[in-house]
Amino acid sequence: MLKQDRSIREKLTLMWADHFGTETNTIRNAHFIYKHNDLLRKDCLGNFRKMVKDVTIDPGMLIYLNGYLNEATAPDENYARELMELYTLGKGPTVAYTEPDVRTAASVLTGWRINPDTLEVYFDAAKHDIKSKTFSSYYNNTVIPGRAGADGALETDDLISMLFAKQETSKYICRCIYRWFVYYKIDAAAEANVITPLAIIFRSNNYEIKPVLEALFKSEHFFDVLNQGCLIKSPVDHVIGCMREFNVLFPPVADYGDAYGMWSFIRSFMQAMGQNIGDPPDVSGWPAYYQEPSFHEIWITHDTLPKRNQFTDLMTWNGYTRNEKTIIIDAIAFTKTLPNPGDPNKLVEDALSVIYRVPVSEAAIQSIKQSILLSGQTQDYYWTNAWNGYLSDPGNMQAQTIISNRLKSLYQYLMNLSEYQLS
Amino acid sequence: MRRRDFLRNSLPAAAVLPAVVDGYSIKAFAADSPLLQALMNPTTETDHVLVIVQLSGGNDGLNMVIPVSNYSGYYNARSNVAIAESKILKLDGYEHTGLHPAMTGLQKMYNDGKLNIVQAVGYPSPNFSHFRATDIWMSGSASDEVVSTGWAGRYLNTEYPNYPEGYPNETMPDPLAIQIGSITSLALQGPAMNMAMGITNPTSFYNLINNVVDPAPDNPMGYELTYIRTIAKQTNRFAERIVAAASKVPQQAAYPQDNYLADQLKIVARLVKGGLKTRIYMVGMGGFDTHSSQAESSDTSVGTHARLLKTLSDAIKAFTDDCQFLGVQDRVMGLTFSEFGRRIKSNSSMGTDHGAAAPMFIFGKQTIPGVTGNNPSIPTGASVQDNIPFQYDFRSVYATILEKWFCVPSATIETVLFRNFQRLNIVNDAACKGTPVDDPNQTAGEQLITNYPNPFTTTTTIQYKTRGGHTLVQIIDMLGRVIRTLVDADLRTTGTFTVTFDSGALPTGVYYARLQNEAKQQVRPMLKVR
Repeated sequence: MLKQDRSIREKLTLMWADHFGTETNTIRNAHFIYKHNDLLRKDCLGNFRKMVKDVTIDPGMLIYLNGYLNEATAPDENYARELMELYTLGKGPTVAYTEPDVRTAASVLTGWRINPDTLEVYFDAAKHDIKSKTFSSYYNNTVIPGRAGADGALETDDLISMLFAKQETSKYICRCIYRWFVYYKIDAAAEANVITPLAIIFRSNNYEIKPVLEALFKSEHFFDVLNQGCLIKSPVDHVIGCMREFNVLFPPVADYGDAYGMWSFIRSFMQAMGQNIGDPPDVSGWPAYYQEPSFHEIWITHDTLPKRNQFTDLMTWNGYTRNEKTIIIDAIAFTKTLPNPGDPNKLVEDALSVIYRVPVSEAAIQSIKQSILLSGQTQDYYWTNAWNGYLSDPGNMQAQTIISNRLKSLYQYLMNLSEYQLS
Repeated sequence: MRRRDFLRNSLPAAAVLPAVVDGYSIKAFAADSPLLQALMNPTTETDHVLVIVQLSGGNDGLNMVIPVSNYSGYYNARSNVAIAESKILKLDGYEHTGLHPAMTGLQKMYNDGKLNIVQAVGYPSPNFSHFRATDIWMSGSASDEVVSTGWAGRYLNTEYPNYPEGYPNETMPDPLAIQIGSITSLALQGPAMNMAMGITNPTSFYNLINNVVDPAPDNPMGYELTYIRTIAKQTNRFAERIVAAASKVPQQAAYPQDNYLADQLKIVARLVKGGLKTRIYMVGMGGFDTHSSQAESSDTSVGTHARLLKTLSDAIKAFTDDCQFLGVQDRVMGLTFSEFGRRIKSNSSMGTDHGAAAPMFIFGKQTIPGVTGNNPSIPTGASVQDNIPFQYDFRSVYATILEKWFCVPSATIETVLFRNFQRLNIVNDAACKGTPVDDPNQTAGEQLITNYPNPFTTTTTIQYKTRGGHTLVQIIDMLGRVIRTLVDADLRTTGTFTVTFDSGALPTGVYYARLQNEAKQQVRPMLKVR
């Protein structure tokens, strides 16, 4: 996340990690946890149907939702239920599968096991339920014929085909994507004009994810001013976003002792803000992505908002020091990357364009400029002179402090405003 | 540290009740009215308040406080902007010095014994850059030192060493300092964090003065923005206290209209009267950078600078009157400062360029009235290079206020101001002569790091409390440089530990012990002496 180039990969990986929510505290096996995450990353922009299959027989998931215990004599419905309710069909008004359907799907999935020595997943035909499985009228009374031996594993593909035959799956996934990238509210117009056409694209492209995202990101709807800046940042967006906006330098990966210490610190801050990556509260993922009617607003509470400010304050002024290495926002270095830092108007404007996703009025920019960069003075050239004074003698501690105190105040202030919480 | 019990004595005695409470007839209110309850439960726990008035831009002190006894020297140096001798406002019983004609309010205050004028305040090797000079005044550093904390912030850090751990609390339920009208400044920056709350801060509830907050647009973004702002307001731990304090004061004395500084001071008076225990308020006005047209050529007593001084004088007069009206006049003291004065010799565009020392006003009922110091000497045939030399170091004023108004012991003052400075006879110190008792604030909150002995000569023991996880203890010098790392480790246990700091050959002076434990941090000042 911290080091990736301009890419949607990590954002999607996190989205799927939320979608197929698992908890490291339950899996408790680093190998499986890594494998699960790796799977999501590899499939994140690929074929959703393939991802569902991969997740179904992913060892981490088999442990998390007890699939590895699911057998003919003792069926375990856990995964089958979430497969329908959370991973494919969702809970929309037209979704009408039955409790017997859940049990039947569970019996289709019997027999998957994990080899404790090789840590590989395999299909144990002896544990598989070989009866024929008949589903309800919601699934058009589909029958998945029971198969013996190794072929029993193929029933899993039949089950997934049946789920993907339902249009609800494409619509539900498109809604999830919409909520992640546009806004949590989906009104009737958005359902008809955005979700439905996206779902058609999804189906006609055999559930390839990329065409759906392309269509969404190129749509007028996506760029409509009405749909901008209305996402409340998740803790990951807030913390990682801040680190990336200001290009905060971390110890090199090769120096893994120090690097992990720093990563662990920012992870614990995100946890305090309500998002512990790898450990959503439960199988449903983080409530901000599904809990009606508040959705993303759940991220911002009387407890978490001060912690968000505390984090950006800390990073602006003192940074975090560990083992003689410090991660900190280098206010001067960041300012130097702006096109015209000698002009205090442009400086504020350009900084805002990097760290804000929402517009700020000219009056507010003037007020911020005057009270912070100009220390109450009215002439812009005082800042220009101070900035040039620093550039001409960067080793001069006085010149540097004059600039850096004001820049730190500026960035701290901007990140404390409510606007910074929007994306 | 002394507890200011004396304050209790200066409050209106209960015997005054029930006929009139602070000027409000009791008949106007039902016995259970919240207002009456508030008034009946007066602010016995409150303390002395300092109001710092910042004049940004560099105020032309020589046209504000005019050397009447050397009028010809004054006039010759700046004839195009000099105030006509006949128009200078006189001070009762002191013929050497007068005030700018726009400052009738302060003239009255001087004559009423509520104003001290400290002449030619500055510091050695003055700096002429607005930013740097402002930083020097706010940080309380020497000209050649770069200190990134503020003098008032350091003072508050010694009073409330554990802030913000465990705050607000019963001992201190309010912001330690409040900055009105702009974003919190360097003066209030403590060693670990800013000790003040800015109440035009958009995360605050209280849309005070000229607070530029963009209205939330009517779209999804605006909807979410409003939601976050609402939580931000509710989250502000001091919001309720401030609203409550403000609402206890329904009536105040008259303030001038269209006076930006008066608007701010009016809020200060209201919050003080309303019972906030906040120690320091910071207010300010700008526009003093009068390089050109500071006065009208037809009449030098009017123009830009005259308007600024009238605003300043009217505002302070109204504020002082209001403090009296509200019955808090014995608790409030104010001072004015600007980053520098202006050049003795005026320029040819009816203005004055950046200069050096300038007078400060100390105002309030507990001021020792008068003029401190002499008129600045003005060289015959003053050149553009000539500046007013300082008679008093600005840190002498700070030290005096700390000692005589806030009753701070001198070792602590040295920790706050890094050196020992001359005290001035400008503030009535009767309040600080009570029985010394430890201030309860010193132990309020959660103490994470401390040291003993303090002051120390060579070694001192630092005691720190960790909740486990990564724990860092650093020694930082007064310029903010890390000079020693004593602990930098992942601890598996929680608890209180000690480590010794051996200062060896380090120079005497102020050092800070900083604890960083995961996301928490706390900083403790330490004084090394001979």
